Amino acid sequence: MAQRKSNTPQSPESKAKRKNPATILFEEVSGGSLAVPLLAILSGLLLGGLIIVLTTEEMYARIAGGDILGGLGTGIGAALKSYAALFTGSIGDPGRIFSALQNGDALSIRRAFNPFLESLVQSTPYIFAGLAVALGFRTGLFNIGAEGQLFIGALASVWVGFSLEGLPSIIHIPLALLAGAAGGALWGFIPGLLKAKAGAHEVINTIMMNYVAFRLSEYLLRGPLRRPETFNPVSPFIEDSAKLPRFFEAPIRFHLGFFIALGLAYVVYYFLFKTTWGFNLRTVGANPHAARYAGINIVWSTMLAMSLSGALAGLAGANEVLGVNYNLAVAFSSGYGFDAIALALLGKSHPLGVVLSALLFGFLRNGAIRMQVSAGIPIDIISVLQAFIIAFIAAPAIVRTIYRVRLQTEGETTFVSGWGGS
Amino acid sequence: MATVLELRGITKRFPGVLANDHIDLTLNKGEIHALLGENGAGKTTLMNILYGLYKPDEGEIYIHGQKVSIDTPSASIAAGVGMVHQHFMLIPVFTITENVMLGEESMRGGLFLDRETAAGRIREISESYGLAVNPYAYVKDLAVGVQQRVEIIKLLYREADILILDEPTAVLTPQEADDLFKIMRNLAAAGKSIIFITHKLREVLDVADRITVIRLGHVVGSTTPSEASQRSLASMMVGREVILHVDRAPATPGKPVLTVENLQVLDDRNNLAVDGVSLEVREGEILGVAGVQGNGQTELVEALTGLRAPLSGKIAMLEKDITHAAPRAITELGAGHIPEDRQEDGLVLTYSVADNLALQTYYRPPFAKGPVLQERTILSNAVDLIEKFDVRTPGPAIRVGALSGGNQQKVIVAREFSRPTRLMIASQPTRGLDVGSIEYIHSRLVEKRNEGTAVLMVSSELDEILELSDRIAVIYRGRIVDVLQAGEATKELLGLLMAGIDPMEARKLGAEKAG
Repeated sequence: MAQRKSNTPQSPESKAKRKNPATILFEEVSGGSLAVPLLAILSGLLLGGLIIVLTTEEMYARIAGGDILGGLGTGIGAALKSYAALFTGSIGDPGRIFSALQNGDALSIRRAFNPFLESLVQSTPYIFAGLAVALGFRTGLFNIGAEGQLFIGALASVWVGFSLEGLPSIIHIPLALLAGAAGGALWGFIPGLLKAKAGAHEVINTIMMNYVAFRLSEYLLRGPLRRPETFNPVSPFIEDSAKLPRFFEAPIRFHLGFFIALGLAYVVYYFLFKTTWGFNLRTVGANPHAARYAGINIVWSTMLAMSLSGALAGLAGANEVLGVNYNLAVAFSSGYGFDAIALALLGKSHPLGVVLSALLFGFLRNGAIRMQVSAGIPIDIISVLQAFIIAFIAAPAIVRTIYRVRLQTEGETTFVSGWGGS
Repeated sequence: MATVLELRGITKRFPGVLANDHIDLTLNKGEIHALLGENGAGKTTLMNILYGLYKPDEGEIYIHGQKVSIDTPSASIAAGVGMVHQHFMLIPVFTITENVMLGEESMRGGLFLDRETAAGRIREISESYGLAVNPYAYVKDLAVGVQQRVEIIKLLYREADILILDEPTAVLTPQEADDLFKIMRNLAAAGKSIIFITHKLREVLDVADRITVIRLGHVVGSTTPSEASQRSLASMMVGREVILHVDRAPATPGKPVLTVENLQVLDDRNNLAVDGVSLEVREGEILGVAGVQGNGQTELVEALTGLRAPLSGKIAMLEKDITHAAPRAITELGAGHIPEDRQEDGLVLTYSVADNLALQTYYRPPFAKGPVLQERTILSNAVDLIEKFDVRTPGPAIRVGALSGGNQQKVIVAREFSRPTRLMIASQPTRGLDVGSIEYIHSRLVEKRNEGTAVLMVSSELDEILELSDRIAVIYRGRIVDVLQAGEATKELLGLLMAGIDPMEARKLGAEKAG
């Protein structure tokens, strides 16, 4: 795959060898061009900025008052201020980081790095859920049910987290994570089974399963799983032994889940691209007819892929419960499972791409909070921004046209054949 | 004779490849001009330039003596050039009239489709050129040959007078192809000019007025059917002497490898597609299954390879019952399968050549250790097979979808033939391939048979059946109507049997004709 672009007869191997592995991997992810995703993000930011400018009421007031230039300046100023807030909110204030490092004061260093670490915390569930959807995509399955699987995973892991007492962390944490994975796997397995055995389309069934999951969690949180001392639909807090360890003192929430997510991204990569099981799933996704011809069991592959996808989504829920919230409330997920669909597309269903897109989403989300507080820009502008970026990624022709990026793959499909038959 | 179209010095470069190198071509009024060349020789590129899909890097196009620039397909249509693509562009749930009108709707009151006027024009066209169709039939109910007629009517409806037919016979039965040739002659007689792209030598000699041969983007030469022979055209195309006949010793059949008894198989629409087939393929023989496409061959092969569950009957391979066995179980018994539709069934187009070469064996040592794929072994296996089977690819890591059709087929042949097999099921093994590839695949099939493999070859190409088979089973409407020895089969006899003529009758007729 790495040599995809070298369509000339002259020693393509040697050409590929000269590239470093990271470039090759990135090309695999981005489909050959590194420029397009980056330009898509840039375009998204520019358009988002334009919307901030256009929604600045003060600008219109000044323009109406005759001060056109001043008005425009106000609008652009607002956009710049918003993005500055987005930056400091998601990555940190460079000045503060610098002076904290100079002081060497532990507390101020922690504070200065908190935005960055918090962004990683926000990215973590996106990684899990994005991997879930990407694995489905690779098998040719559209798992819209990550959100529901995430809820079931969260329910299962919170239950294991608070109901088992007296276990050491080394046992309790894996157990709670496994419970989350198992819950999600079950929720993915059901539509997988229906698809494989009855041909019922997974899109419909995963959506239905989402509703069942939402209502089921509501019922459980109002009834059997409700914290006894309250009337709110929240679960009890999990035992300390089930909490994913945090690396720094409060208020920094950065926890082990991030590294578990990264590790899992590698595992998913290895599974998909380096094992026979992954080969089975990818073949089913790429060409089910050829998969059947090659003797791959499609029924089994479909069920496996949906279960694994569900398990990954379930871990996203478990991660939030065990690493961030320590309990479960009805509305604990802010749509990670749905954002994950966009994110998997953005990352071309490749684990590395998913991690990078998840980081992008996490940083944007986290920065947006600061943007709202200090620049007064509603947090929803981030959804608009994400939508723009995804639209640009999904339609690379637009980006190529705007920025005149040459399409290097033009004619390739036709012209390797140019000297093929001779 | 008036020149209607002239291409001068057309050159088109793609990164690393010179697809068309200063190609000159003239087309006269009322002429059928065959453009002959192997897959990847640059025929399609040239026609796509003429059709406005590509822009030439150099060169000029003149239509009726006027220099034109064709940037889009609509410009080409406006200039009177129309193209019938290999894959039809029809909407199955629309009627013929609706399909023909599409994009050029005649309206009544500016709001309602005027189907009657359009249908009237279609009738006119169909009568004046002998293109028999019912304007109100739905396209989904039409045979492939008739669908092709609709495509031609579409062009005539738009008043094209230069028609490009891209490999029009690839999808047709021999009878349908003959009908098409009649239509082409009618069109030419009525003053239309036709460019006929193909790599089938016999057709060129049958129907063309003039022949231009292209190789590697160059015009190699121009000739006429009266001056040329299949052999001379083949060597022009390939650039060397081509052996059109495979030498083979008489078969020495051994034990039966595949035994089929009274097999019944349903097709996708639950019609009985295979209706009580019994046959036997033995070691060291090629059994050819001849028949017009759509007489149950596809379903038969799918049942034999485990891709479709039979309704009743029995299939045994090497005395093992495989009637309901899974594809992989049959493969592991030693069956190889060259599927009818190579891009749909035989290959994963987005995978590399190496992965496709391992598609039947990736899960076993030495290609996998436990569940872990051994990429190095897969790659070195690919390097081996690419060399041994002469697959033309820039490297083993290239996407197989980027190769030409002939090389894609070679990838499949390499994969299936490199495994030890007792049975080889080859379905339309050379469909759409060029002479060089056909020659190659034929000799490999005979080689397999000489090694003692039982070969079942399904083909709708009579030449191929006659060339390779030791015995020939003729299939008609899901039944084997007759089994002939290679010696007694003639083209005429096979043609009659394939058309469903009773064997006794057919033999009598065949003998009369021969006599």
